[in-house]
Amino acid sequence: MHWIDYYRPSTLEACLEAFAKHGASARALAGGTDLLVQMRAGRLANNVVVDVKAVPELNEIRYEPGIGLTLGAAVPCYRIYGDPTVQREYPALIDSVSMIGGTQIQGRASVGGNLCNASPSADAVPPLIALGATCRVASVAGEREIPVEDFCTAPGTNALGEREVLVSLNLPAPSPDSGACYLRFIPRNEMDIAVAGAGVSVRLANGCFDSGRVALAAVAATPLLVPEAGAALGGQPGGRAAIAAAAAAAKAAARPISDMRGTAEYRGNLCEVLTRRALEKAVERAGGTLG
Amino acid sequence: MSTSTAEPTSTSAAPADKSSNGAPRRDGYEPNMVLATQTFDVVGTRPVRHDGADKVTGRALYGADLALAGTLHGAILRSPHAHARIRSIDTSRAEQMDGVHAVVTADDLPEAEDKLVDVGEGDTRLSYVHGNVLAKGKVLYQGHAVAGVAARNQHVALEAANAIVVDYEPLPSYMTAPEAMAPDAELLHSDLRMKEFGEQTDKPSNVAEHFHWTAGDVAEGFAASDVVVERTFDTSTVHQGYIEPHNVTALWNHDGRLHIWCSTQGAFVVRDVTSKILEVPVSNIKVTPMEIGGGFGGKIPVYMEPVAALLSRKTGRPVKIVMSREDVFTGTGPTPGSHSRVKVGASADGKIQAMEATLAYEAGAYPGSFVAPGGMCVFAAYDCANLSVDCYDVVVNKPSSAAYRAPGATQAAFAAEQVIDEIASKLGLDPVDFRLRNAAKEGTRRADGPKFRRIGCEEVLQAVRDHPHYAAPLTGPNQGRGVAVGFWFNVGLESSCTLNVNTDGTVHLVEGSTDIGGTRTSIAMQAAEVLGIAAEEILPEVVDTDSVGFTSVTGGSRTTFATGWAAHDAAQKIVAEMRARAAKLWSVEADQVQHAKGVYSSNGNSIAFRDLAAMSSKTGGPVSATATVKPRGVGGSFSANIVDVEVDPETGKVEILRFTAVQDVGKAVHPSYVEGQMQGGSVQGIGWALNEEYFMGADGTMKNSSLLDYRMPTTLDLPMIDTCIVEVANPGHPFGVRGVGEANIVPPPAAIANAIHRAVGARMQRLPMSPPAVWAEVAGS
Repeated sequence: MHWIDYYRPSTLEACLEAFAKHGASARALAGGTDLLVQMRAGRLANNVVVDVKAVPELNEIRYEPGIGLTLGAAVPCYRIYGDPTVQREYPALIDSVSMIGGTQIQGRASVGGNLCNASPSADAVPPLIALGATCRVASVAGEREIPVEDFCTAPGTNALGEREVLVSLNLPAPSPDSGACYLRFIPRNEMDIAVAGAGVSVRLANGCFDSGRVALAAVAATPLLVPEAGAALGGQPGGRAAIAAAAAAAKAAARPISDMRGTAEYRGNLCEVLTRRALEKAVERAGGTLG
Repeated sequence: MSTSTAEPTSTSAAPADKSSNGAPRRDGYEPNMVLATQTFDVVGTRPVRHDGADKVTGRALYGADLALAGTLHGAILRSPHAHARIRSIDTSRAEQMDGVHAVVTADDLPEAEDKLVDVGEGDTRLSYVHGNVLAKGKVLYQGHAVAGVAARNQHVALEAANAIVVDYEPLPSYMTAPEAMAPDAELLHSDLRMKEFGEQTDKPSNVAEHFHWTAGDVAEGFAASDVVVERTFDTSTVHQGYIEPHNVTALWNHDGRLHIWCSTQGAFVVRDVTSKILEVPVSNIKVTPMEIGGGFGGKIPVYMEPVAALLSRKTGRPVKIVMSREDVFTGTGPTPGSHSRVKVGASADGKIQAMEATLAYEAGAYPGSFVAPGGMCVFAAYDCANLSVDCYDVVVNKPSSAAYRAPGATQAAFAAEQVIDEIASKLGLDPVDFRLRNAAKEGTRRADGPKFRRIGCEEVLQAVRDHPHYAAPLTGPNQGRGVAVGFWFNVGLESSCTLNVNTDGTVHLVEGSTDIGGTRTSIAMQAAEVLGIAAEEILPEVVDTDSVGFTSVTGGSRTTFATGWAAHDAAQKIVAEMRARAAKLWSVEADQVQHAKGVYSSNGNSIAFRDLAAMSSKTGGPVSATATVKPRGVGGSFSANIVDVEVDPETGKVEILRFTAVQDVGKAVHPSYVEGQMQGGSVQGIGWALNEEYFMGADGTMKNSSLLDYRMPTTLDLPMIDTCIVEVANPGHPFGVRGVGEANIVPPPAAIANAIHRAVGARMQRLPMSPPAVWAEVAGS
């Protein structure tokens, strides 16, 4: 029988102190939808749980026009998709948080937790990368900022130091004429893990793609930013040809494995199909046409 | 009692604007149809189920709810290897752990005698049952039980199980029938000798049995054919997927009496098999069947009951063990994967001239794959004089296979019904019309010999042809419509039923058939029909093995048929007794008392059942009757589907747009539950078709032993399953009942495969037809 110490700090300071004290033996508990399952399966060796749901900085949703969205790391999915401002400004984030798990899971699971769990198939991560989000990371020693695409380092591991905590995600304010989308493929229609996923954002200008970002899920050891796909869009006429080139670049960049959820060849194909479909939707959301 | 009609007129008792379950109709949903002419007073109506209140309020008691005073909690150590020799098992560290009360291994079981034992739906060697309960000498699949532990709580038990040190010598493992049949394959059982054509040979083999059935001359038939199609097919191992895991509590009392509480389809099977394994007389074992959360055939085998019993004997305390989902997937019987070849020839006039099949099924670790019923069913829907069927029962390093709803038939239909469809296409014939031209009928001889009595194959196909779904236009590209038909049996076996008349006019019904499909109600309704009282006035109860006469397993689609028959017979005895009681009241002879619809009358006197029951004390005492049956006259069932799919050719994903299940049920005693059976079988068939599979790694271990990655369909993956009940009365049953629960799972994978072919041209020869598989086929074609 293993005993577990449980802390529930109510300030960020107390939270950081708990991690300073317990280091690698402590794990942050937000919704627990990954953590508790992994602990029960005996996959984690931690003997301290720090419940972060009472820390104000980890539980806020704040939007400031011109600056962007501050999304506390422990905010559960249902609060995100229930927020009218987020619905209006970040539809790609809504795409992902409304497809993670089922209704009960969405009541607990957080975007920050989805990111820290560092699963290659995490649905919340590609749209964050596509939207250019950064991570606010803190410890008793100070704070630092990490781009989301650099946060996951391998399946199940991330860039956090032993004493560090993910406080929030900061998403820049979307510019006019921009659009974004996240699509994933699952064999069922719900309650499933992405076989592949594509999060994209585009900015249009004068009928052309001004810029674009494409990120993929479940086709590499970490969520994957594909700069080549973005480059295939930038400066090109805003039609299907550029989208096809970006989709082909996404497929070429993918490094999938074959497993019970799909073969490598099939996942490569999905990268192309999902990137194309997501870009078409993003263009539509940006108010553009496919010509 | 002929009730056949092909007129698609709805006589459903469901309100026209509601589905059978009272839910609002979804867009495009047609009300369920019942094609029948004969009506009864109770049989054929839709009363609220007797166990409904307990189920919807959460008060029904399942095995996991049981908490006897002083209970110890158990855990099972399972093999991590698909095939390995056990060099040694060291339990010393586990036994010394704080909170651990006992550890057992195969050494604690009595030596298995070499004899046959009835395990519910047939006989098998006792040594195989033994070996599956606790591995001796060798483990034959990942998940094979090796040891059991009883401890203070489940956490300690699990830790102690993991502290048992087993020294394994890994051996080559074989996951499919063709691999295990290869000449150089190592034997799973050194003492296994192939049985061939009914004779025991001395050939060492992983093929436990080879059957061959033949009729006419297939060579001649193929020579007379203008079109011949031959294809091979493979299907993956799939699990029944019942939501409630296996569970047991056992208490071996100091007086030598063993009491077992468990979730089972056959309390008497558990009693009798446990008795054989532990060498305890059946009279010393009482099995109390708890409420059961799904079985589908998978809760017939005995797994943990003898282990819990041994642990209880060692500790003197009740021992409870509940499986995890992973235990269920890896440690209990799935249905076999299969490899098959089907060849069919037909002449230009649309007549089938010859049919030939070779079926090889994976029995799992021990012989008994249900390949024989697969061979009996493969061509059962067709009237053809020239038949040849070969069946191979092959042991492989997967869990020992168990029954799963029409065991063996779905794999066979997946093969045969695709070949039939292809021939119809090549002949330019409508696939339903082609099937109707060749449909089996009364007198048709099956490949395995028996001739059909009155069956409803033609009527089912006519109902398909005439159903509005079959004429409805498809609405877009990449859509296709498929059909298929399938057959499954109905068995009789043995049942008992006791009726006790209460003085308030109600009747307690005591039975031993565990209720997995609403059978408390369908059995009670048959007693009510005879007694002329309402279904609600019968109070059915499923009781323990000490409290009712022997009753065989709930399986083989037999319970409503056979235990219902026992209820019918017991009710007739009650009617006879009540006539005698009324005769006493009126001082007439019993044969002068008439009974109709619950009213007893004679020469102007009449008295209702309720009033007569109230006077039982004055007319001779309690009124009670028991009947036991071993019925013949079984009625098999044909089932067909119409299914519309849309395939995304870029991802290979198949969406089921519309699905209609048509089935001949003889007489639907409770049409709502019959529709539920048809819908449930259809949904399981859809899951089997599209995504379900044991995904095995190169090391022979299962990689997807969770409900996340073993993908059964959710409600969001399914359309409303429309049902059409066809009633061709079974002349062998008092109410015309046929077996209903199983045939409905047989056609769905084949019907969906045919629909996919019509949608995108890909001929799917392998299950599951998962997105990667369909995409690969579409991209390659």
